[in-house]
Amino acid sequence: MANVPEKLNYSKDHEWIKVEGETGTVGITDHAQHALGDVVYVELPKVGDKFEAHEAFGSVESVKAVSELFSPVSGEVIEVNESLQDEPEKVNTDPYGEAWMIRIRVGSAGEVDSLLTSAEYEDYLKAETE
Amino acid sequence: MKSHTPKAAPHVTQNEALIFERSQPGRTGYSLPPLDVDETPLDELVPEEFRRDDELEGLPEVSETDVVRHFTRISTWNYSVDLGMYPLGSCTMKYNSRLNEKVARINGFANLHPLAPDAEAQGALQLLHELQEHLAEITGLPGVSLQPAAGAHGEMTGIMLIRALLDSRDGVAESNSPRRNVMLIPDSAHGTNPASANLSGFKVKTVKSTAEGLTDLEALRALCAEGDIAGLMLTNPNTLGLFERNIKEICGIIHDAGGLVYMDGANMNALVGVARPGDMGVDVIHLNLHKTFSTPHGGGGPGSGPCCCTKELEPFLPTPRVVKDVRGGDETYKLDFNRPQSIGRVKAFHGNFGMAVRALSYILTHGRDGLREATEAAVLNARYIAQGLKDDYDKPFDSPPMHEVVFTDKRQSRKGVHTLDIAKRLIDYGFHPMTIYFPLIVQGAMLIEPTESVGRGELDQFIYAMKQIAREALEDPETVLNAPHTTRIGRLDEAAAARKPVLRWKAEEQVSAA
Repeated sequence: MANVPEKLNYSKDHEWIKVEGETGTVGITDHAQHALGDVVYVELPKVGDKFEAHEAFGSVESVKAVSELFSPVSGEVIEVNESLQDEPEKVNTDPYGEAWMIRIRVGSAGEVDSLLTSAEYEDYLKAETE
Repeated sequence: MKSHTPKAAPHVTQNEALIFERSQPGRTGYSLPPLDVDETPLDELVPEEFRRDDELEGLPEVSETDVVRHFTRISTWNYSVDLGMYPLGSCTMKYNSRLNEKVARINGFANLHPLAPDAEAQGALQLLHELQEHLAEITGLPGVSLQPAAGAHGEMTGIMLIRALLDSRDGVAESNSPRRNVMLIPDSAHGTNPASANLSGFKVKTVKSTAEGLTDLEALRALCAEGDIAGLMLTNPNTLGLFERNIKEICGIIHDAGGLVYMDGANMNALVGVARPGDMGVDVIHLNLHKTFSTPHGGGGPGSGPCCCTKELEPFLPTPRVVKDVRGGDETYKLDFNRPQSIGRVKAFHGNFGMAVRALSYILTHGRDGLREATEAAVLNARYIAQGLKDDYDKPFDSPPMHEVVFTDKRQSRKGVHTLDIAKRLIDYGFHPMTIYFPLIVQGAMLIEPTESVGRGELDQFIYAMKQIAREALEDPETVLNAPHTTRIGRLDEAAAARKPVLRWKAEEQVSAA
């Protein structure tokens, strides 16, 4: 069963977000990295780029396919995890830690509340795999 | 005292070094006669700045026999349609007939200069014209351009026609905005569709598929209601191998929204001689001669992706067009450059002409009935596999497939065996693997397209192999997980190869590694 940490919020596109004050840290879930297989390339936006909720902010390439990354909430990118350029494998080994992808200034707190809790995301995964 | 049997060193035919590694100093494949003129110093002939001073270091020094054996050995490693079934879904890897190759090598076709005046190229122009007529008949779309060099090129040409017609109809200049700019693409589409649309300046919106695997009409209507619809890019049968049976209604919805329908003809092998896109309401389609019409696919082909369109789109087709001139009982063919509304050239000369020769040969040798029978056999073969494997593999869609069938690894993945492992194991059974992990909307997809080129015996062998693998996945998963076992090289580390690619061989690295 995929690892789903409690303190994060989740989107149905399998991204997680950790909100601290106005800043949200975004990455993909353990379930997502598992489904993708070995990640070989991560394409991320530039600092200052703005995204709507559910808008594609980048892409992740695995040995199977290229998949888009969707921003769980709207906001402006304030930091990008450059280390994934050289070590995309971190997405497989530490999706909730070292492989965070972007930090954004969260546009609206309401959008965060409408995301899934860890318990809801686990139920969602269960329903999806059945 | 140790007793041991001396182990034979592997013979060179069991593996083959790079030709650089075969090099031996001083070995050559020629011997020159003594010079019978005065030797001219090199610096008198070539100025110094144009000369390299590294003595061509590192080039292999080999004899003619070395070269011939090296490449002959390597050539035997290839898997091809001449060797066995090649069930790559969506690729239509059918037999490429010897006759096609023979006619493409006829001197007048093979050695005709592309700039020869029309009067000296009548045979070639007639061939292009006849092929256009046949493709128009097969698709039900009268305007044909043979210029596009491959599928995605044909796609792009097709939607450039749509752009040109919309702008002309709506009275919008190229620099103006807003223009109708939304291209709808189903989530099951080939990746080239959104790529072509993006490259042509359209904004892509994705249409969801239903649980049945077909285009969701409600979702389509909702997207059309958002406005700005330039068109829809639809593959039919779609990439799940399912016929979009609502195609007329789909075309109606798009036309009512003021857009045009582009059909990706990658899967025409399920329709030729049976159903025509033009009759379904499609405005423009590309064909893959290297799929449906049996010209070589892969290995540099080259490809050919003709574009067929309605009368309304015809004025915008690439220039020049090949046209027939009938004057007083005389038929001549010429290139028509006077096409003021044309989107322009999309390829030098006349596209990949050799492929046009092969495709016409395919059409004429089959004839009307033969083309229909090929289609029927392609669909029957896919359905035979669908039926043969449904008890062993998860089949995500109930409806009978057309020319290709999709299965998943759902049952096998419970034992940790995934699609990639099944594909690798299939190599041990002597088959080229099927297409894997596509379409993207099916998790662990295996897309199998046998084509009409295989008979029942080979289909049964394939089904047997797949059934064996399903059993191994249950009883002995390690065998599947470590496959292939019978190849010269075993399972490759594809992730490492993509993350840290070694792009060229370097002598110095070999030395330091040794």
